[in-house]
Amino acid sequence: MSVLTNNLDLFLRAFGQTLQLFAVSAVLSLVLGTLLAALRVSPVPVFRGIGTGYVTVLRNTPLTLVFVFFVFAYPLLEILKISEYTAALVALSLYTAAFVCEVVRSGINTVPVGQAEASRALGLTFTQMLGNVVLPQALRSVVPPMTSTMIALLKNTTVASGFAVFQAGNIREALADQGDDVLFGLIWVAIGFIILVLPLTYVQQVFEKRWSVAR
Amino acid sequence: MSMVLFDVPGPKARVRHKIMAVVGIAAVLAAIVYVVMRFIVTDQFSSRRLDWINYKQIQLSLVDAIGNTLSAFAVGAVLALAFGAIFAAARLSDHAWVRTPAAVIVEVFRAIPLVIMMFFFYYGLPQAGIKLTAFTAVVVSLMLYNGSVLAEVFRAGINSLPKGQSEAAYALGMRKTQVMTFVLLPQALRAMLPTIISQLVVLLKDTALGFLITYEELLRWGTRIGGDAPNFGRPMISVMIVVAAIYIGLCLLLTWLATYLEKRNRRNKKVIHVDADDIPEMASV
Amino acid sequence: MRVRTLAAVLLTGALALTACGKEGSPTDTAAPAGLFEVAKDVKVDGSPTFEKAKARGNLVIGVKEDQPGLGYKDPTTNKYSGFDIDIARLISAKLGFDPEKIQYKTIQSAAREQALINGDVDYYVGTYTINAGRKEKVGFAGPYFVAGQDLLVKKDNTDITGKDTLKGKKVCSVTGSTPAKRIKDEKLTEEGNVLEFQGYSQCVTKLLNGEVDAVTTDDAILKGYAAAEDGKLKVVGKTFSSEPYGIGLPKEDTALRGKVNDILQASLDDGSWQKIYDGTLGKSGSSAEKPKIDRY
Repeated sequence: MSVLTNNLDLFLRAFGQTLQLFAVSAVLSLVLGTLLAALRVSPVPVFRGIGTGYVTVLRNTPLTLVFVFFVFAYPLLEILKISEYTAALVALSLYTAAFVCEVVRSGINTVPVGQAEASRALGLTFTQMLGNVVLPQALRSVVPPMTSTMIALLKNTTVASGFAVFQAGNIREALADQGDDVLFGLIWVAIGFIILVLPLTYVQQVFEKRWSVAR
Repeated sequence: MSMVLFDVPGPKARVRHKIMAVVGIAAVLAAIVYVVMRFIVTDQFSSRRLDWINYKQIQLSLVDAIGNTLSAFAVGAVLALAFGAIFAAARLSDHAWVRTPAAVIVEVFRAIPLVIMMFFFYYGLPQAGIKLTAFTAVVVSLMLYNGSVLAEVFRAGINSLPKGQSEAAYALGMRKTQVMTFVLLPQALRAMLPTIISQLVVLLKDTALGFLITYEELLRWGTRIGGDAPNFGRPMISVMIVVAAIYIGLCLLLTWLATYLEKRNRRNKKVIHVDADDIPEMASV
Repeated sequence: MRVRTLAAVLLTGALALTACGKEGSPTDTAAPAGLFEVAKDVKVDGSPTFEKAKARGNLVIGVKEDQPGLGYKDPTTNKYSGFDIDIARLISAKLGFDPEKIQYKTIQSAAREQALINGDVDYYVGTYTINAGRKEKVGFAGPYFVAGQDLLVKKDNTDITGKDTLKGKKVCSVTGSTPAKRIKDEKLTEEGNVLEFQGYSQCVTKLLNGEVDAVTTDDAILKGYAAAEDGKLKVVGKTFSSEPYGIGLPKEDTALRGKVNDILQASLDDGSWQKIYDGTLGKSGSSAEKPKIDRY
């Protein structure tokens, strides 16, 4: 217990950074992922190809490798200088976007074609069809897996530990520097993540149950 | 072909699509050309920086590194599958004193980041007098995390089987263990195979986290050769492209295996086909 | 059928990969001639380590492999080179063992004491700082080099002249290392400006790209990097700690410790220490003071 109370400031600061990293990359990956999903369901084959290519490459690459690339390899190209923090944001967002894209795409695909055909037959415009018919139905199958993806993103922020970006994963080294109890420090970090993740898991299960009945 | 969002394109739409296709190709090409230009301008493809691939010792060490990645994957996968099967069975137990702790363990290990687990086993435990090698720390962490996810996958698979299966088995006089091992588990395994394999892809990718606790796997090899200044002037870019290609290749091979098995399953009449919607989504990130 | 084709393709690929390939290193440098002449009929009375090595016919030496110019394993040849390695070879030769037959073992910093206690290595040469705590577990001959924490900067950098000029500068070091801790403890720069990576080579990459202003650790290590980057980097040269590097030996083997101290003293006197330095760390452009052997 004393490890936590003695270093409360450190723990709060580190988890604050984790949440910040999570929030920014969550927004970025949701935006980018949705755009990619739009590419993947577009009627133009080339766009679909671009989307598929992106998803295949990013989904099959370890996140750590994406980090290594943006922190150690990308700067060698001398394109635009970015700090380690930005590099971490970019790596997390690009990686998670591939998963967001898949979730959104499969959500749209669960809506039966007949629904769209019926709304077109009724004379709804594209936006009306999207906003009133397709998306509300797609959302039901999107929210639960999207929550899982976001939980994974929250946990993945710890990968930044090896790349000079301060967050909860660095509490260990800070404690080790002070000669403090690393073992219990890490247990507290784990508890911190459980506290952050469990409510999300609960929300996800509630949605899943409610909406699986509704369909 | 009609899709949800779009009707079958007419003549005008087809022309528009063609124009968009040209624009799309042009944009992608422009991006690729720009990146390749940066490679050339910053001299990443100079002969010195590509020379590393020619050396026998480096090739051998690459084979070693891939071997280390694959052995962590193999051991981790076997342990995770065993862990998953045991805890799935425990969660489906009739006894609350078995069910509840199993549920808690599975939920807890799914919530803790793998990195923190690896740190715990590699940096934390020595303080308590337990020294683990980097390999053991990686493998144990992979087992606990992926095993917990797999436990949920197995459980979902068993729950998704038609009730009649277990009822029929009980009617034949089988005991609960027999019902589970002879009737439910084999069917659930087959039905969930694609999900299981995609979780194994995650496990394969997660071996790269061993990088953070100095396990000599493929990515660590890459940063070592990529940072080699005396011989090759830090060929980080070319090395990382090769490393990424290897990871992508390995993962695609596994994914290909999954689709192959799925297809074979579909032809097999003995397998009960579970509707994909019945299985709660396991985010494989 | 497809599976078999794929397996065949993979197999041929693997064979093709291992079947061809260059041997040797693009930067092969010959060791200074005559330095490592093997002494004959050497006796070290009462040294179990020496007797064991004699029976084996060669020495097993613990070293580091990731520090260019100091203890570096060339990935193209798997050969070790650097200042520490040459010191290890010199001692091997003077003890009567052929330096070419040395069996090197890469031992990570955290495992050094245990490797010596277990007898996994005969002696250890690898930026091993002598201190009281370690002396309780292992014996130290030397010091063969006195390093100190210093700063590595770009050649044209004139802002950074010592540890008190780091305010507002980005400083890079290795996670959990003593130098990183000292920078933070003494508040030499702002907390957000201390970057920690897993290895010094990653820091040096960042320094060359201009993403950090300085890399800090023992000057011996920094000189190794400066030497490897031929002229792009320099070591500031104002050390702000003292790290006497010793040769780690089994604690109870005082006979071997005395002998190794004699060998080091002789090399300091006859100029071979200087030759080794000039051939390795000296290439960085910085000179070094000779250490004083501390017999305890």
